[in-house]
Amino acid sequence: MDNDVVIGLEIHAQLKTNTKMFCGCRTSFGDKPNSNVCPVCMALPGSLPVANKKAVTYTVMSGLALNCTISRYSKFDRKQYFYPDMPKNYQISQYDLPFCRNGYLEFFCEDEPKKIRIHRIHLEEDTGKLMHTGDIMESEQSMVDYNRAGTPLMEIVTEPDISSPKEARLFMFELRNLLRYLGVSDGNMEEGSMRCDANISLKNPDGTLGTKVEIKNMNSLKSLEKALEFEIKRQSNVIKSGGIIIQETRHFDERDGTTHSLRTKEEAHDYRYFPEPDLLPVVITDEEVVSISCNLPELPLKKYFRFIEEFDISKNDASTLVSDLKLANFFDECVRCKCSPKEAVKWILGDLSYFWNEKKIEPDSKIFTPSHLKEILDLIDEKVISIRQAKEVIEKVFEMNESPRSIIEKLGIKQISDEGFLIDTAKRIVEGNPKAVRDFLNGKKNAVGFLVGQLMRETKGKASPEISNKIINEILNDLKSKEQ
Amino acid sequence: METKKFTIGELIKGYKNKSVSPREVLDYVFNNIKLYQPKINSFITLMEEYAYKSVESLSFDEIDSKPLWGIPVAIKDNMCVKGFKTTCSSKILEPFTPIYTATAVQRLIDAGAIVVGKTNLDEFAMGSSTENSAFFTTSNPWDMDRVPGGSSGGSASAVSARFVPLATGSDTGGSIRQPASFCGVVGFKPTYGTVSRYGLVAFASSLDQIGPFATKVKDVEAAFSVISGKDDMDSTSHPYKFSPVDKNIKEYKIGIIKELYETEGFDPEVLNSLKDVIKLLKEEGLKVDFCSLPHLEYSLPVYYLVATSEASSNLARFDGVRYGLRVEGKDIIETFLQTRGRGFGSEVKRRIMLGTYALSSGYYDAYYLKASKVRTLIVNDFEKAFEDYDCLICPTSPTTAFKKGDKTNDPLSMYLSDIATIPVNLAGLPGISIPIGLDKKGLPIGLQIIGKPFKDNDILNFASKIESIINFEAEPSLLGGR
Repeated sequence: MDNDVVIGLEIHAQLKTNTKMFCGCRTSFGDKPNSNVCPVCMALPGSLPVANKKAVTYTVMSGLALNCTISRYSKFDRKQYFYPDMPKNYQISQYDLPFCRNGYLEFFCEDEPKKIRIHRIHLEEDTGKLMHTGDIMESEQSMVDYNRAGTPLMEIVTEPDISSPKEARLFMFELRNLLRYLGVSDGNMEEGSMRCDANISLKNPDGTLGTKVEIKNMNSLKSLEKALEFEIKRQSNVIKSGGIIIQETRHFDERDGTTHSLRTKEEAHDYRYFPEPDLLPVVITDEEVVSISCNLPELPLKKYFRFIEEFDISKNDASTLVSDLKLANFFDECVRCKCSPKEAVKWILGDLSYFWNEKKIEPDSKIFTPSHLKEILDLIDEKVISIRQAKEVIEKVFEMNESPRSIIEKLGIKQISDEGFLIDTAKRIVEGNPKAVRDFLNGKKNAVGFLVGQLMRETKGKASPEISNKIINEILNDLKSKEQ
Repeated sequence: METKKFTIGELIKGYKNKSVSPREVLDYVFNNIKLYQPKINSFITLMEEYAYKSVESLSFDEIDSKPLWGIPVAIKDNMCVKGFKTTCSSKILEPFTPIYTATAVQRLIDAGAIVVGKTNLDEFAMGSSTENSAFFTTSNPWDMDRVPGGSSGGSASAVSARFVPLATGSDTGGSIRQPASFCGVVGFKPTYGTVSRYGLVAFASSLDQIGPFATKVKDVEAAFSVISGKDDMDSTSHPYKFSPVDKNIKEYKIGIIKELYETEGFDPEVLNSLKDVIKLLKEEGLKVDFCSLPHLEYSLPVYYLVATSEASSNLARFDGVRYGLRVEGKDIIETFLQTRGRGFGSEVKRRIMLGTYALSSGYYDAYYLKASKVRTLIVNDFEKAFEDYDCLICPTSPTTAFKKGDKTNDPLSMYLSDIATIPVNLAGLPGISIPIGLDKKGLPIGLQIIGKPFKDNDILNFASKIESIINFEAEPSLLGGR
């Protein structure tokens, strides 16, 4: 079934510039409505756009990271339609000369390398936001917040290379990760800083492409996958029952996981594109492309291979680390602090990830640092603390925001490695637990564990597990040889 | 005050020797406006209180550093002045008050100029007679039954009536030069990009250019030197720096545009006046020849595709959602339709429809794209001509001022009024109109001088030299009463 599906995506990513695409207003999410506006983004009469150079650079960076050809000569165009969230009633976008063309994104789809071609990347401006009182259909009035109007928006269009809903989700995940690596977009689908429309068609039995349907309003990776799955079922059912697929735009409903028709091709807009006369064409020189290209950060795929080759960590672990730049950076920093890579991965993907998730803290927050991990690994090596205590220390670091050494100082978390003391205590415990000793002598090995546990309990968990184990075994073996 | 002394140079001289004060000049200005404005109707908004306040804040210490110190100026009502209505002579913007000032206006103010009011125009600068104003028509001070030209008819008439020594206009296809010609004053459209368009309500972005009106070329030059130069708010503004030239007139090689000479539609009296100028120039020893711009005949159709296409887009923002007129409908579409239906006048609607059609899918290639290509051919024609000539000359308009109502029902004949000025906008060149004589009806005739791009200083120098040779001294008869 999967092979019969053809999917292409159109992704809109808000760029993380300080100011808007064509004016000096701040771009920020969640401010008081209509507080980040000016004559330009409100389209007051006489105002003119001035292109944000940073946004152009970000688009070129994205193009290079996606292996695109960068146009040396581009221009902006006006895309025209009337809508109250669009102050000028046209959107400054790019029509026939986008900044980037013909690229691809490579990633692993269940260990299989996958390559999705990128058709084009262009730059445009976001619209404002409409807010309706009550239900959208019966709303008495609508309000417009223009804070978002004019936010730089990068549109990435793929070729129809995606062959399943799952692949679409994985592609979006990888693309989002790439944009985050580049630092050009937050890629937050829930907040709308990254949006995705999908074109999907089923192949006809003779292999030709069926009619494509566009789906909008998928606000998470999960809903992208769900919407596509639903659409495949819907289209197959239509075909099975002898119907035909009509070219249309469909809206995904998050609540019931279905899609419904928004408009058909006949109702499609005539956008009357024409070159934006208020902006000069953009010329990007070879030198600029080289300079941007030299300043690109290490990208996920390269990092993935480096982690495996340099540090000999598993593919799975490398992939998990790389899927989050902050995690990957934390790991890199740990290795730079001379942590053992394998130990570091274990702790990062284990306890540290647990606390980061639980406390909703980013790995790059200074609460738990790579040097903290190095200290903890050293303490374990020096046998000052046990693994179990290390976990406790980590939790305390998150709570107290102090270094591991100062925490073990303050709280007296130290394992007891004093053998004399441990032997005395162990003897007392063995004497006090004759049943366990009998069990041991009768060949029940788990009696050792019980007695070690008792020793730990007696020492409030501070006894070195290693030494405790050794001592208990020695005492029991002693008793055993005496018996014989 | 003698009207002949009502120039920037003379006023500054008077201020410096303290024979007159800016306050006294304002008294003179507003007194004249009160007497004659009801007949001429140059102004939509008078800014009397603001003007007197501005004069108060002028410091005499700055008279040398501010080239327009105490000079009253009128602003065409399609340029924003913070806190004062900017209507574009349209009902749709009648209730609109801008929250910022246009760059060019701000530069005038910063140079010491005193804004006294906002002048009438054809709605959104679309027209050649100022009859397309949604509010009232403006009269030509030379003959009250005639139009002042347009679209900057309010500014041209205000200078012609000596209400102000300086006014601003905007020129998309001749809107400064044609009314200057009709009103017997000097009107200058600079090279596209030399003056920031920020704060000028756009008609056709690739053609619009702000420029000054005055009675003398020197005054126009003084204003241009103030308003020109790069503005970070306008991406299409050029890092142009004005520096005056003083070249002997004999050094200029002059081309007479053949296609705009002895052509159908050109009034013989206008052409005779041009011939007199050519004779004078030849007597001065200048090389004057005919030159040809073979694609010039397509200027009008090209202009009415490019300008209307851009206008249809630029005017889309007037929808009643954020500012200006709003006529409530049962839903948002109805509100758009009602607001725009009632807010725009018929010429504006005609152009929006033309432009929308030209950009529509399936027509774009045949109209907008083709027009853009022919535009390039016209640009090339000029470039070629400028290989041989420093300046090109032609009549500014085929006729002198026509009667009110004569052409209001015939848009095409109205459009022909700009046949000589439109090509200059298409090529982005500097062009100036100076008065060179009167026809038998006593109406002024204008000469258009066209220069190479960014050689604004060159044509200003040339215009100034011709001005002194021709020595046009006539004034509208109503000024005799002053």
